[in-house]
Amino acid sequence: MDDPLLIAGEKFTSRLIMGTGGAPSMDVLDRALAASGTELTTVAMRRVDPAAQGSVLALLADRGIRVLPNTAGCYTATEAVRVAAMAREALGTSWVKLEVIADERTLLPDPVELLLAAEQLVADGFTVLPYTNDDPVLARRLEQAGCAAVMPLGAPIGSGLGIRNPHNIELIVESAGVPVVLDAGIGTASDAAIAMELGCAAVLLATSVTRARSPELMAEAMRLAVAAGRQAFLAGRVPRRHLALASSPPVG
Amino acid sequence: MQVKINGRPHQLAGGGSLAQAVALLTRAPSGVAAAVNGTVVRRAAWDTTALAEGDDVEVLTAVQGG
Repeated sequence: MDDPLLIAGEKFTSRLIMGTGGAPSMDVLDRALAASGTELTTVAMRRVDPAAQGSVLALLADRGIRVLPNTAGCYTATEAVRVAAMAREALGTSWVKLEVIADERTLLPDPVELLLAAEQLVADGFTVLPYTNDDPVLARRLEQAGCAAVMPLGAPIGSGLGIRNPHNIELIVESAGVPVVLDAGIGTASDAAIAMELGCAAVLLATSVTRARSPELMAEAMRLAVAAGRQAFLAGRVPRRHLALASSPPVG
Repeated sequence: MQVKINGRPHQLAGGGSLAQAVALLTRAPSGVAAAVNGTVVRRAAWDTTALAEGDDVEVLTAVQGG
């Protein structure tokens, strides 16, 4: 089925965007990314560690996976804009997963700083993919600010709690003119399928794969779940009914 | 002269360049960005960017995350 994901005019066959945090080793990460079928994967920007072994960039380049730098760890718009500028210079991409978090305990986005950073980065020519709250109004404001996608959370980062407010995700999907990517909170394959059934254009996840007992196996499960959820969305689910509807002919 | 590179003090010959400061940490030919006192400096300009006493240099690269 030819059903590409389009973000800012770029075409992706896979609707699963992966993160790379939490994997026990580069080798495990490499096999998990391969099993996931992902074509777009996030990395964080940190101070160079002269003692670091292996490079996540080399791994992604070998797999032909497009790199999506994030601004993880930034608490203000000013910090996030600076990290995005560093990422653009280091990686040669103007795409950025914009994260501006409010506090360490919840890692929830700070909506005010997020919107401010998004406006500045769009003005500076970035393709901005903001990690946002599951707030339809904020999603609309981010789209109006020129973001190329909106990426509402299902639940806090790393919590694995699934999609806590599917109604809000549906509302965001209904009114968004840019792709909606369910980002954060996915715990297992059924969560990813539900995100796609709700009409999300893609799913972004890391922890549920990288910290699974078998990351490679879970990555494949996620690939299948995202594809299945997408097909179910396109096929259109039957309406929920209060009472039974016989599936066999009642007479004859 | 003394400059700060990624938060730690380093001695650099007077008139040292940003390229020399970065080389103290990494020889990676790509995937690295540097800023001096909060301003990003393009890689092409590292050689010609002279550092001054007390400059604050940040050198970042991509790591697993997100």
